[in-house]
Amino acid sequence: MQVKLTGPLRSAAGGQASVEVEASTIRELFRKLCEQYPGFQAHMDNGVAVAINGDVFRDEWSTVIPEGAEVFLLPRIQGG
Amino acid sequence: MKQDTNFTNQEFRVIGTRVKRPDGIDKVTGRARYGADATAPGQLVGMFLRSPHAHARIKKLDVSRAEKLQGVKAVITSADLPDEHCGGDRELLNILENCMARGRALYDGHAVAAVAAVDATTAKKALKLIKIDYEKLPHVTDVDEAMQADAPVIHDWVYTVGVEPQPNKPSNVSMRAQFGHGDVEAGFKEADVIIEKSYKTGQTHQGYIEPHACLANMSPDGSGELWVTTQGHFAYRNTCAQILGLNMAKLKVTSSEIGGGFGGKTHVWIEPIALALSRKANRPVKVVMSREEVFRASGPTSSTSIDVKIGATKDGRITAATSECRYQGGAFPGTWALIGAMTSFAPYDLKNVQTVSYDVVCNRPKVAAYRAPSAPMAAFAVESTVDLVAQELGIDPIDFRILNAAKEGTQSSYGPVYGPIGIGPTLDAAKSHPHMKAKLGKNQGRGMACGFWFNFGGQTSTTINVAADGTVNLSVGTVDVGGSRASLSLICAEELGIPYEQVKAHIGDTAALAHNDMTDGSRGTFASGMATIVAARRTIEVLKQRAATAWEIPVEEVEWKDGCAHAVGEAHADKAPLSLAEIAANTENTGGPIAGHNEFVADGAGVSFASHICDVEVDPETGSTRVIRYTVIQDAGKAIHPDYVEGQFQGGAAQGIGWALNEEYIYGDDGRLQNPGFLDYRIPVCSDLPFIDTQILEIPNPNHPYGVRGVGETSIVPPLAAVANAVSNAVGVRMTQVPISPPRILAALDAESA
Repeated sequence: MQVKLTGPLRSAAGGQASVEVEASTIRELFRKLCEQYPGFQAHMDNGVAVAINGDVFRDEWSTVIPEGAEVFLLPRIQGG
Repeated sequence: MKQDTNFTNQEFRVIGTRVKRPDGIDKVTGRARYGADATAPGQLVGMFLRSPHAHARIKKLDVSRAEKLQGVKAVITSADLPDEHCGGDRELLNILENCMARGRALYDGHAVAAVAAVDATTAKKALKLIKIDYEKLPHVTDVDEAMQADAPVIHDWVYTVGVEPQPNKPSNVSMRAQFGHGDVEAGFKEADVIIEKSYKTGQTHQGYIEPHACLANMSPDGSGELWVTTQGHFAYRNTCAQILGLNMAKLKVTSSEIGGGFGGKTHVWIEPIALALSRKANRPVKVVMSREEVFRASGPTSSTSIDVKIGATKDGRITAATSECRYQGGAFPGTWALIGAMTSFAPYDLKNVQTVSYDVVCNRPKVAAYRAPSAPMAAFAVESTVDLVAQELGIDPIDFRILNAAKEGTQSSYGPVYGPIGIGPTLDAAKSHPHMKAKLGKNQGRGMACGFWFNFGGQTSTTINVAADGTVNLSVGTVDVGGSRASLSLICAEELGIPYEQVKAHIGDTAALAHNDMTDGSRGTFASGMATIVAARRTIEVLKQRAATAWEIPVEEVEWKDGCAHAVGEAHADKAPLSLAEIAANTENTGGPIAGHNEFVADGAGVSFASHICDVEVDPETGSTRVIRYTVIQDAGKAIHPDYVEGQFQGGAAQGIGWALNEEYIYGDDGRLQNPGFLDYRIPVCSDLPFIDTQILEIPNPNHPYGVRGVGETSIVPPLAAVANAVSNAVGVRMTQVPISPPRILAALDAESA
């Protein structure tokens, strides 16, 4: 599936706006991203959120990514 | 708007009613215990010595005379706080260094030492006996100046992230980030009108009335207790334990009542030092910040400098939009500009959009979250420019916004595609609101603006305990910052089918519940509400089982309805329903105590939008501005307790109005804060404001069982722009700097007439 990268996360993939990763859960997605793009680990340490079909998941890595879903990776940010 | 229950197919019994808040009596009678209200036998008074310099090397720090003063039980400097416990974690090291300077003072007010003494008089005397030899270093407090090539570089370890090639020199710019989609250059070529403008916003403080305060009590065996005003006692526990090398489970943190936080109480400031003092003195230590300390040394929001460019066609369609957000984050790197860039154009449906952020380090206190952090400043710049474009096109500003509003299926400017959202409905409601049609008088102007906030969920843990008389204790781990004990009690009562008055909600301490994330990101009612629903449904399963046991029938033949267990079927027609109280009265014979709990991650918080309308009257002689009418229209998803939803709408608007008109950190050329008090840093009081009208819309969040969205933060996003647009319309001059203070209005009028 195509995973779209936003903001500073693109630097982990050489500036690409999207990368191809096959994953059925957020956990698998993160694991494979770190394998394919070692620079991604630094972003993981700072926090990464995943938007799946518009819903933002920050913590639940067991979340299933449906086939054909739109997947965006975002920096994890703070609220007040 | 009538509640939309189609997607849940539910009719609510108590949800949506305006019951009395459970903490109300205590708060109005003074019984409520805040951060400064705890005492312990033998407690000491903790106080801080703070840097009078914006940037200085600490050449020598001699505490020997202070330590010898009678009544002084402990003195702490950075030498007492080894960085080894941080394990090389840069974020933890920054927290530790912010709590106590390590070799350099990085801003006016930075703590350099702390004492614990038998009373305040002795503590103050001890602070005066501490001898410090400073070497003043060049400083910078303005975000644009800090980005200049000749600016003093504050940290030799900060290199700009997000630029290629990677820099080989340190910089005050800690991060550059970019968001967006489409081709903005091509989009601007399609535009008939292009407006480009630069804006600045002053640094503001959350202005919570209760200062930071805590009572720390460490035992020689390594266990300890911390009573503290906080938005997240679990986070405080974890951070304090990590940087002090304590065992987390042995540090019990209890959150007091909170006298306002608004993001400023999501970070530790005095707490690790209070624990360190207590550990060294082997006595309880109480620390209460003065107001001056709160301003100088807690975490205000960023000052900013923002450029916005918007192009549109004659028929009112935006063809391209860009923003460049430069935010100062205080003395340590943050991601505040990044958030500003992400939120900049969130309300709009744009084919071509690009937002760029620069996070910048300055010699100011470490920036903390402030209610929808970073979004109000970006909205000020964008919404002001949106008004200018509409004006140039001769289109009503609200019609222009409706034409370009994001909707379900729109790709947001920060990336993902929106699900069901409420920006369109809030704009439609604003357009038809009587406020929009009311006539204006002389020197009066009207403005409107939109706002967006993400909303978060997060780790949450909730427990329901059933008492022997059928009343229920609800323990939640999200600090109640705005009435959530009432809304969560309503949810518990709704699910169990019992009266609201039968539920008593508490904020559980860190030893009583599993981890809970902080009350931030407007998550309190959303996340703990979901956890309460699950916990209640689990409690019902237990209650049904107990009824089945008592009736000696299979549990499958029991259903729960209206707060009672009912035996289902003709065979059980002789069995009267068993109420929760009747089941609770016999727990010893049916299996023991009854409880239900839930621990989970509440992801799927729905994004939130608002539209605000503001009328002002400006005195052209003095530049003084009064807000004469203000209306907030916001999507709440589902309002559990409408009073407190409206309260959040009103509170955010009030803070935003203060930010827009009055509030600003003022630094002298020496880099020292000149107005660290409520006399010179003026937040609005009731007499400054009109009654703030509210309208709740309910566009359900499909990820929550009742459709709830967070409501606490979005309401502070539009006011800066709404007020600026109103003032600009009143005086006929575009105001581009916040706060829009009388001198700035007079200067703008003078410049226009010249």
